[in-house]
Amino acid sequence: MVFTRFVEVGRVCMINYGKDKGKLATIVDIVDGNKCLIDGCNTGVARQIITFRRIALTDLTCEIGRGARAACIKAAWKKGGVAEAWAKSSWAKKLAAKAVRGNLSDFDRFKVMVARKQKSKIVAAKVKSM
Amino acid sequence: MTVCGPMKQYQVVGRKAPTEAFPNPEAYRMIIFAPNMVIARSKFWYFMQQFRKMKKTTGEILDINEIVEKNRNQVKNYGIWLRYDSRSGTHNMYREYRDLNLCGAITQLYDEMAGRHRTRPRSIQIIRTSTIATADVKRPNTLQFVGKGLKFPLPHRTDSAKRGNKALSDQTFTVGRPTTCFR
Repeated sequence: MVFTRFVEVGRVCMINYGKDKGKLATIVDIVDGNKCLIDGCNTGVARQIITFRRIALTDLTCEIGRGARAACIKAAWKKGGVAEAWAKSSWAKKLAAKAVRGNLSDFDRFKVMVARKQKSKIVAAKVKSM
Repeated sequence: MTVCGPMKQYQVVGRKAPTEAFPNPEAYRMIIFAPNMVIARSKFWYFMQQFRKMKKTTGEILDINEIVEKNRNQVKNYGIWLRYDSRSGTHNMYREYRDLNLCGAITQLYDEMAGRHRTRPRSIQIIRTSTIATADVKRPNTLQFVGKGLKFPLPHRTDSAKRGNKALSDQTFTVGRPTTCFR
């Protein structure tokens, strides 16, 4: 198994626990084998030490030095197009789709059900004709 | 001393209570690590008794302040010299921790001493602390996290128990197999 995502300075990660759940942050420094320092100046996450259990690594990185300040991280994100790259990723798209689904009203859910039925009808007809 | 939650750094100033014979007794200042002010004051008298002929009943605390570190945005290496009583004797020790502030490093120290040596907080005395430049780091465990170009994957992890959402390993029944592999 080849690893592609590493804990390293500049790695963009997603927080999966607590009040900042679902927000992106950048790894600024590695504290020890269990913790790293993250800064989410672009996404409203406070600079803090967090355990590896509470973050998920993404494919994205930005070029910053060890212990970089918020301004440097913001500049690096802009330069590397991190926000755009994240928005394009299938991970972000799935999260967005999930959020949309979660906010549906009862009638919206009914419309989804009807649309799905129509879709499967078309698919079934196509399969039968093949 | 008990430890409850993160440790804090206090500066305590105290002296013998002035009497007619000694209207201006000398004041002493001490840096104390304690979870709160009450314990810091108590610790001050504990150490003062050992250094000078002073005690709480005939003395007074003039001032007590919490010292808050200015730069809490960078990870630093902290070296801590300590003395502790084990079950069989007293030992001096030097340990290193990486943290944002000294109080965090001291908290780590108390936790680690409890875990590795079964040392109770009351039998630990902090002798000296200092921040250490990367070049002067001594301990192998600290050394491996100060190098340049450090990177490593997170190959296996287990789900941590979350509030209102039990860890997979705690659930009696679950629809999905747990996964410990992460890319």
